[in-house]
Amino acid sequence: MSSRRERPPWALGAPAALGALLLVVPLVGLLLRAPWSGLPRILATPEVADALRLSLVSATLATAVSLVLGVPLAWVLARTDLPGLRLLRALVTLPLVLPPVVGGVALLLVLGRNGLVGQHLDAWFGITIPFTTLAVVIAETFVAMPFLVVAVEGALRSADRGYDEAAATLGASRLTVFRRVTMPLVRPALVAGGVLCWARALGEFGATVTFAGNLQGTTRTMPLAVYLAMETDPDAALALSLVLLMVSVAVLFTLRGRWVGTGGTV
Amino acid sequence: MTAPLVFAGVVQRGGFELHAELTVAPGEVVAVLGPNGAGKSTLLRTVAGLERLTSGTVRVGDEIWQDADEHLPPEQRRTGMVFQDHRLFPHLDVRENVAFPLRSSGVRVRAARQEARRWLESLELDHLADRRPGQLSGGQAQRVALARALARRPDVLLLDEPMAALDAGARIDVRAFLRAHLREFPGPVLLVTHDPLEAMVLADRLVVLEDGRVVQEGPPHEVARRPASSYVARLVGLNLWAGVLRGGEVALDGGGTLAVSEGATVEEGHPVLVSLRPSAITLHTERPDHTSTRNVWRGRVAAMEGLADRVRIEVHGTPPALVDVTHAAVTELGVDVGAEVWLSAKATEMEAYAEGAPRRTETTTL
Repeated sequence: MSSRRERPPWALGAPAALGALLLVVPLVGLLLRAPWSGLPRILATPEVADALRLSLVSATLATAVSLVLGVPLAWVLARTDLPGLRLLRALVTLPLVLPPVVGGVALLLVLGRNGLVGQHLDAWFGITIPFTTLAVVIAETFVAMPFLVVAVEGALRSADRGYDEAAATLGASRLTVFRRVTMPLVRPALVAGGVLCWARALGEFGATVTFAGNLQGTTRTMPLAVYLAMETDPDAALALSLVLLMVSVAVLFTLRGRWVGTGGTV
Repeated sequence: MTAPLVFAGVVQRGGFELHAELTVAPGEVVAVLGPNGAGKSTLLRTVAGLERLTSGTVRVGDEIWQDADEHLPPEQRRTGMVFQDHRLFPHLDVRENVAFPLRSSGVRVRAARQEARRWLESLELDHLADRRPGQLSGGQAQRVALARALARRPDVLLLDEPMAALDAGARIDVRAFLRAHLREFPGPVLLVTHDPLEAMVLADRLVVLEDGRVVQEGPPHEVARRPASSYVARLVGLNLWAGVLRGGEVALDGGGTLAVSEGATVEEGHPVLVSLRPSAITLHTERPDHTSTRNVWRGRVAAMEGLADRVRIEVHGTPPALVDVTHAAVTELGVDVGAEVWLSAKATEMEAYAEGAPRRTETTTL
């Protein structure tokens, strides 16, 4: 931060103020209009409680899947020189910028009842994925995993490979090196990527509603419930929004100094 | 297992080529000395398996570590490696760092910790057991790094410039520490350094590497006395001139002649190197008349550097020379940069020896 503080010129100050208002006022409005006194009662109603529970469970599962699959993927992207790796990296990070609803459509085309893979799953094993909680987890993973992959890959790239070498000369197999040296050294990025991934999964709407549908207790997560409740029960929508806002604030707090704050980067 | 380490091969990388043959006996400490970029670290890393030979063999006794068909990955070679930047795992404390190679070889947690503790005790480092690497001084970290390398129970010990990153005080401590503990190690020890003193103190044998080739090999005192290249001469602080022996005198390549001691077994007409200690040269402001010294030549003072107990004077002449004189002598003679001076040196002080490969000086006799 510069020690020289100056008044911004009008041409910069006015749009800056307007921009800040645009971002802050809606949140303030949410806090002002929130049904604070009725909050416990609203959150206890079956519809809301179902959405809460389902959201927490599916976001956590999606994060777990992302860790299990995404961390090795990040490792491959960062530490190997397989052919086509650049293309793979581009494809893996595509969901970051892809409209989630497009992801949902794509998932439906592949895993839907008549999808490329889905029809075989149905014919051979009698498994149908769309409109199940599994579909929610898959949709959330599709959208959220790239956040984890990008965070961990960046950390793996910048991590000192010297430690891995040292571990190898000390007799550690490549898997042991990964488990006992590489991963502990990128743990901050792993935590940050995991939290970010979880937060993204929790807020997922487009891919979920397209691929998993909107069934209470099975696929209706909090964002879906909020959208639906806005029509019928605005207080429930507000209560759920408030919960999601709290979660977001908590996530920011966890990642402070890493993704936000003064020039913090991963 | 105590078996000799044999390295014989070529490593090509970009435009650089390391081409060396080297055998290190069990219990022997060999120092690889050379300027930056000479291939010292490449040699060490190839032995460790961190880099591959382009062709050739690395083996320990009968166990092939690499040849045309085989490349044993680093984790399957029993090497203990100490790096310049210690590379202690920052997320593990000292005990866990030393236990790491044991855990990696399948020793259970408790047993590994106990054995780590024994290693730390035997190296008198147990008071550091609970510290993280970030809480250690550079010297302590290198000692722990040696403990960790030894805990691997390696067949071969490799040290890559272990003292290069340390400050002067820590360097002396670690050098003494290594001197004490490298002797106890039963297998071959390969030490890479660019510090001649380190090499002299720690090694049984020096191997001088320049531009990927071994230019000299021999016991430290021999290498120090009879450097085979200007690099080594500069390192050990000697004058070195190349020439051809003609009629008991050496006609130098750069002009001038030097009388050398009788009895040099170098043959007439053959290339020869002459080395001379800078302190064996006497400095005069006028041509010395009454001297029996056979080597007298003129020059001009090009540079002067005050050292702790003497002044090193660089004289441009035919041949050029480094001269060491006392501070008192400088005052007495009143010389300064640019001054015309005369140099004299006794023929008996001149060390003349054959130039050319093989430069295993242990086999050369004078």
